[in-house]
Amino acid sequence: MKRHLLSAADLTRDDAELVLRTAEELRSLADRPIKKLPALRGRTVVNLFFEDSTRTRISFEAAAKRLSADVINFSAKGSSLSKGESLKDTALTLEAMGADAVVVRHGASGAPHRLAHSGWVRSSVVNAGDGTHEHPTQALLDAFTMWRHLGALDGRRVAIVGDVLHSRVARSNALLLQTLGAEVTLVAPPTLLPVGIDTWGVETSYDLDAVLPKADVVMMLRVQRERMNASFFPTAREYSRRYGLDGKRMRMLQDHTIVMHPGPMVRGMEITADVADSDRSVIVEQVTNGVAVRMAVLYLLLSGAEGVTGTDESENDA
Amino acid sequence: MVLDARDIARALTRISHEILERNKGAGDLVLLGIPRRGVPLARRVAERISAVEGLEVPVGSLDVTMYRDDLRMKPARALLPTEIPPGGIDGRTVVLVDDVLFSGRTIRAALDALNDVGRPEAVRLAVLVDRGHRELPIRADFVGKNLPTSLVERVSVRLAETDEVDAVSIDGAPA
Repeated sequence: MKRHLLSAADLTRDDAELVLRTAEELRSLADRPIKKLPALRGRTVVNLFFEDSTRTRISFEAAAKRLSADVINFSAKGSSLSKGESLKDTALTLEAMGADAVVVRHGASGAPHRLAHSGWVRSSVVNAGDGTHEHPTQALLDAFTMWRHLGALDGRRVAIVGDVLHSRVARSNALLLQTLGAEVTLVAPPTLLPVGIDTWGVETSYDLDAVLPKADVVMMLRVQRERMNASFFPTAREYSRRYGLDGKRMRMLQDHTIVMHPGPMVRGMEITADVADSDRSVIVEQVTNGVAVRMAVLYLLLSGAEGVTGTDESENDA
Repeated sequence: MVLDARDIARALTRISHEILERNKGAGDLVLLGIPRRGVPLARRVAERISAVEGLEVPVGSLDVTMYRDDLRMKPARALLPTEIPPGGIDGRTVVLVDDVLFSGRTIRAALDALNDVGRPEAVRLAVLVDRGHRELPIRADFVGKNLPTSLVERVSVRLAETDEVDAVSIDGAPA
């Protein structure tokens, strides 16, 4: 793996499969009496959150703590960040405190990239969501959840439905799932598909009902009202009727098809309560898997020698 | 080649009997193999013990990667499976099984890992090959073959389950 995880596109197929396999081993930790491993003892992980995101932050925090790292939470509210400090000065502060990894969530696309390549910090940078750009650990945990339910993803059909335009989850998933061999179809009204979607290498559709019967995975996206400063569809009700997943649409799915949602979901908008609570829904499991996947990412980025990447397969050192 | 398939089979049979003799039966035994090659060895020993005693011995695996003392000196290593048998290890006699005993550092890591899983009554160590050069005060209770080696040599253990053939050989010996 590279030293930073900024984009799902940074991951080769081997890297991604290594993360999934590592997460699989780490997941069993949840069943043990002592849910802690010593791998990152003495390392410091800083959660630098310029945007509120309680679930992503606590997921990273739990992951780092289970690996015995020290965790410092740095959020925008009530800190120097809200007093007008620049990203650069914040980064220099973190560097002075000796952070080994910075997990960064920022409202501006590209902020983690700037942090990683500016020379301000020597630590590894993990993108925990930047603007409408990427959210690679979410894509990894989604892929991990699919992989546990369906096995290898080669040739599997994944439908990602909803507000693709504002969704970093959709972009990261589209990149990673294609790396892993899956076929991705983005389903959204034309106003919620980004310009230049033809370069993503994915199928697109405006018709949910045509896509559902063939899908192995249906991933619903939240309609991000806070980013809706223009009218992308006439009414919420019309959106729900055309692009919401309800019980009637759920019955069109194949028997093995799973329903996912990155959360937080808006029941009654993009997904109805009976679907969210059905046996097909793996939404709660996604949260559990998120901790295991983030542990795997932190372990693979931080545990090895500084400046050395790749994995060591030497065995005869018993 | 130092040991062929039949030598390995005989060594494992002897180890199985020694474990039974030392433990006075198979009650409370748990065998934990250290991946990769300790795991098939643990399974083979368990089969032999079951054949003699007529009762199933719980077998599992214990990955020690995260407990290694050289974790920060090498690139990140892939994790290997840890499977603790359903009965757990509390109050039982755990026999750790590995292919080669060398510096003793893997076993130290295994003892730390066990500590996070539970509290066994006793921990024993069985290895197919003891090649010497210990760097820690650790020794094996059950040894298939003592193999005095030089530090430049490499002991390679191959097993049918992982390498299609059963053999122990020493490579890289000076001419």
